[in-house]
Amino acid sequence: MKFSGRTWKYGDNVNTDVIFPGKYTYTVTDKREMAKHALEDLDAGFAKAVQPGDIIVAGTNWGNGSSREQAVTCLRQAGVTAIVAKSIGRIYFRNAVNDALLPIVCPAAVDAIEHGEVISIDLAEHTVTCAAGTFSFPPLSPSVMAIIDAGGLLEMLRKRLAAEAQG
Amino acid sequence: MPPMTFAEKALARAAGLPATVAGQIVDARPDIALSHDNTAAIARTFYSLGIKKVKHPERLAITLDHAVPAPTTQHAQNHAEVRQFVLEQGVQHAFEVGRGICHQVLSEEAIVLPGETILGADSHTTHFGWLGAFGAGVGRSEMAAIWATDELWLRVPETLKFQLVGDWPAGVTAKDLCLRIIGDLGADGGLYYSIEFAGPALMALSLESRMVIPNMMAEFGAKNSYLPPDQAVFDYLAPKARHPYTPLYPDAGATYAETYTYDVSQLEPLVALPHRVDKVVPVSQVRGTRVQQAFIGTCTNGRLEDLAAAAEVMKGRQVAAGTRLLIIPASSEVLKAAIQQGYIQTFLEAGATIGTPGCGPCMGNHMGVPAPGEVTISSANRNFQGRMGTRDAELYLASPAVVAASAVTGYITNPAELEK
Ligand code: SF4
Repeated sequence: MKFSGRTWKYGDNVNTDVIFPGKYTYTVTDKREMAKHALEDLDAGFAKAVQPGDIIVAGTNWGNGSSREQAVTCLRQAGVTAIVAKSIGRIYFRNAVNDALLPIVCPAAVDAIEHGEVISIDLAEHTVTCAAGTFSFPPLSPSVMAIIDAGGLLEMLRKRLAAEAQG
Repeated sequence: MPPMTFAEKALARAAGLPATVAGQIVDARPDIALSHDNTAAIARTFYSLGIKKVKHPERLAITLDHAVPAPTTQHAQNHAEVRQFVLEQGVQHAFEVGRGICHQVLSEEAIVLPGETILGADSHTTHFGWLGAFGAGVGRSEMAAIWATDELWLRVPETLKFQLVGDWPAGVTAKDLCLRIIGDLGADGGLYYSIEFAGPALMALSLESRMVIPNMMAEFGAKNSYLPPDQAVFDYLAPKARHPYTPLYPDAGATYAETYTYDVSQLEPLVALPHRVDKVVPVSQVRGTRVQQAFIGTCTNGRLEDLAAAAEVMKGRQVAAGTRLLIIPASSEVLKAAIQQGYIQTFLEAGATIGTPGCGPCMGNHMGVPAPGEVTISSANRNFQGRMGTRDAELYLASPAVVAASAVTGYITNPAELEK
């Protein structure tokens, strides 16, 4: 699978509190509403300008901190398709897989990508291509790809439960 | 069988396999699945799967702790939904508003035992490494999946090992050790790893101090953390454990990605500067920074010995004008003991305010959020921008004694400097 999108580039150690502030975790429950607060304490202009298909490009340890899944959901809901980072916080990585937001770890691409440029991602070839070149990333494991392909963990579970119900 | 690390052994046990190796993906069955105020949101996801009953309700542990007592109608409604779920599913390990913070309460109640696995919808579930359990944080959808199927995919992590040697200097705590490690290696220095600790300086710590270490390892990026359980742990659990358990220890010759040795005798009291837990300096370097709020509490440093350390500093002293001191015991047990010991009396006489056991303002829900422009020094584990609910507020992290001394003078202070 191949797709492309416009990028939003951020630095190192962007944590879940600035991606989705903790004060909203028990008060904002609607997913569309979550998208309105995406990156609120990092980039106040993001939520208004983001478009479906956009890609986040980040430095090391993107999404470190809280286990809050809203930090993934708010971006997914805003239409973001992938995170290309130097490294990703471990719970964030899991939440991204489970919410079918592609987590790609590719430090060389991050250094090469300019904020705002359109990049393309080839999942079959495990490459990220930007103006400066093409960079490969380690493939995601088959069990992780199976979750993403199913549309996320819950979708996969729904299909499994439906299959079990059919006997 | 090749020698295994703790994580390899614990996940083999959780997955029902004879052995695992780092990098392997397994389907693990947790002994305990923890959630808190977020239970309502997880329940909505769970019911949306079309399932009515949790597969193993006896494995669930639910605490109301993150915004307690409810600060708004919305929070109250959220709690009501959690209570409804607890009733519907017959969850036995359920703890009401005021009992305390999930990690502290489950530790007091011995709900997780050595060698067992706990997955929690909370990033500090690493906490349970203090008693030699495998504790890791997961997301909300994952928790719904665990409730539905009793299992979850986990990758067996590689392991970093920290050997602790030397004698602890007076005034230096487990918190300072954690800040030193995170300051040295970065907030992502332990990213994805299992972090094992060992050595005489570790075993010299009280159980309460030991709890600080795996709790703080969440700020190091760790998946889980492990302290080898010793007789002190077994004695603590003896009157509480509900069933027999088998502690797990890493094999000699297990594979470590890296091994570090820390000599704790070289440590001094430290603070983490805003807004990064890995921006760590000696207290002396920020001495004189004005603070409007001092907060002692949280799952990191809200236990009895933390209140004891703070009370020792506060005894016969007053909170400085222009500064407020907020004390929130990590649990009702801690509060009760602190009353018996006279610590609460000391705090009140010093002009402090006492909050309901729970998370308090740690994640900015209520009960002590700072105003824009204000500086807070806190005994918590996390000082991200906006963490306490206010983006334009500064947050320093330190041990309880340093927080208390700062409340006395009104600026960041090493307790050793206070007049005797
Ligand atoms: S005290 Fe703070 S860190 Fe601990 S569980 Fe509560 S919100 Fe999380």
